[in-house]
Amino acid sequence: MQVKQISIFMENRAGRLEEITGVLAKANINIRAISLADTSDFGILRLIVNKPVQAVEILRAEGFTIRENEVIACVIEDRPGGLHSMLELFARSELSIEYMYGFFEKHTDKAVMIIRVNETDKAIKILQSGDVELLSGEQVYSL
Amino acid sequence: MKYKIEYLEADDLQKLQLDRLREVSQHLYNNVTYYREAFNDLSMTPSDINSLDDLGNLPLTDKETLRMYYPFGMFSVPMSLVKEIHGSSGTTGKPTVVAYTENDIKVWSEVMARSIACTGGDYKDIIQNAYGYGLFTGGLGVHYGALELGSAIVPMSSGGSKRQLQLMQDFKTTIITCTPSYSLYLAEFADSMGIDPKKTTLKIGILGAEPWSDGMRREIEDIWDIKAYDIYGLSEIIGPGVAVECEGQNGLHIWADHFLPEVINPDTGKPVAEGEDGMLVITTLTKEATPFLRYATKDIVSLTYEKCPACGRTSPRISRIKGRTDDMLIIRGINVFPSQIESVLLEIEETEPHYQLVVSREGALDELEVQVEVNEKFFSDEIRALEALGQRIKQEIENVLSIAVKVKLVEPKTITRSEGKAKRVLDTRNI
Repeated sequence: MQVKQISIFMENRAGRLEEITGVLAKANINIRAISLADTSDFGILRLIVNKPVQAVEILRAEGFTIRENEVIACVIEDRPGGLHSMLELFARSELSIEYMYGFFEKHTDKAVMIIRVNETDKAIKILQSGDVELLSGEQVYSL
Repeated sequence: MKYKIEYLEADDLQKLQLDRLREVSQHLYNNVTYYREAFNDLSMTPSDINSLDDLGNLPLTDKETLRMYYPFGMFSVPMSLVKEIHGSSGTTGKPTVVAYTENDIKVWSEVMARSIACTGGDYKDIIQNAYGYGLFTGGLGVHYGALELGSAIVPMSSGGSKRQLQLMQDFKTTIITCTPSYSLYLAEFADSMGIDPKKTTLKIGILGAEPWSDGMRREIEDIWDIKAYDIYGLSEIIGPGVAVECEGQNGLHIWADHFLPEVINPDTGKPVAEGEDGMLVITTLTKEATPFLRYATKDIVSLTYEKCPACGRTSPRISRIKGRTDDMLIIRGINVFPSQIESVLLEIEETEPHYQLVVSREGALDELEVQVEVNEKFFSDEIRALEALGQRIKQEIENVLSIAVKVKLVEPKTITRSEGKAKRVLDTRNI
C-alpha cells in the first residue's frame, strides 16, 4: 500500500518551479498531488505523478536532484473531524509524522492525505487495523 | 616623537641593512634546515653576502613553505626562548605559525610605536584598539606599540559597537585603530544611536588589515571629521607596524631598518624598476624566533626611495596595496583562502567539493556566502536534515576561518566547472 513520491531539491530562484512543470508537461506526465516546503534559501518540491518511473528518469536526465520516497495515501471523509480520527491512531501508537499534505479526489468527493513517516510498514498496519481506507500506488497514479 | 633612524641617508641605511642581513642569514643558516639547504643549493654561505643584491639569489619563502614546516619547523630558537606564538590564515585548515622572543616583542613594540607616532599620535593620546585580540596579530601588536609610546590603550578588541561608542564618548578617545570598513560601520551605528560622529573627540584613525581606496578614506575622514591613515602589516613579518602613512598620505613608510623590501615581477622573479608595480617581498632583518628571508607577501605594490616631501623621512615608501598575486580574500580584516574552504568541504561527504564564494558588502561590513552543492546521494527530502547539514558546514568552515559565513546549499552541477583554475570567487564589493 505504498505510494511513490518524488522529491526535488530546488534553489529559491525565479522560474525554477516552472522549469520542472515544463519538463513534466512536455513528457505528458500528470501531477496528482504537489507540495512545496521551503526555507529562505531552498525548497523541496514533493510530487505524486501518474508515471513515477518515467518522471524520475526524465527529471534526472534534466539534471534535477531527486529522491524517491515511499509515502502512504489515506482516504479521509470530507467532514469535520475526518482528519482528527486518523491522527488519533498515530498519536496512540506514538508514531511521528515527518510531513503530510492533502488533495481532493474528484470522483468520490473524498480527501486524500499523503503522509510520510519513518516506519511506513508499521504505520500501514496501524491504519488498516483502524479501518482507514488506504490507496495503493496504482490507485493514486490513475485517479 | 621623532625616530632618527627614519631619516638616515641612503648609504647609512644600506650599510645597516647589510650588516643585519648577514647576521640574520647566519642565524638562519645555523638553525633552520630550510634556509641551510637553500644556501647549500646555491653553493654559498651567509658570509658570501657582500651586497643587498646578493639576496636576490635566494629562494622566496611563502605560506606554502610555512605549511610544509608546520608547526615549529621554521623556528630558529629553542622553545625556551619563545615568549609568544601567533598564527594567521594558512592555505588549508592549518594556520601559519610565527613566534616571538622577548626581543622580538621589543622590536614589534618599537615599530608599532613608530607607526602610531608617524600618524601624529603620542603619549597624551587615548587609543581605542578595536582590532581583535587573540591569535590574530592586530590587537596585541597595536597594544604593544601603544605601551611603548606611552599612550593610554583601551583594549576593546573587535565588535560590540554600542559599547565601543559609549566608551569612546566617556573616555574621550582620540585615536581609533580598526579596519577601515569597521570605522564606517561604527559611524553608521553612531548615527542610529543619535550620536554625531563629528562631535566625538576622535582625531585620528589608524586603519588597516584590509585594502581600501582613497574614496573610502575621504568618506571616513568626512563622516568622523578625523585624519585616516593606512597601516600595513602581516603576521609573517611581525604583525601590524611594518609600514604606515605619514601626514602626506602618499605611500606608506616601511621601517626598512627592520624590514628590507624588494618589489619583484611575480612571474619572472626579477626586480622591477623603482615605482613600478610588482609583488612585495620582505626580509626581516632583526627578528629572532621566526625571521624569514625574502618572504613573498603576494601583495602588489610599488616602492619609492624618494625622500618624503611631506615629512622628510627617508624610509622608503610602498604604495597602498593594489591587489594580490594569489586568490586570497580579506573579509572583515581576516585573510581567507578559497583553498581553506575547499579542505573543509572535502571532509564532508554529503557535499561535492564544488563551491562558489560570493563576497559582498552589506552597508559597511563584508559578507561571505559559501554556496555548496548538495550531493544527490545524500539529498534528504526533509527540510530539517538539509538545514542541519547547512549548519554543520557553516560551523566547520567558521572553525577554520574564524569569521561568520553564510552557507547556501545549491543544486548539484549548478556551479560552473572550468578547466584548470576554477572561478571560485565572486567579489561584488566596490572597494
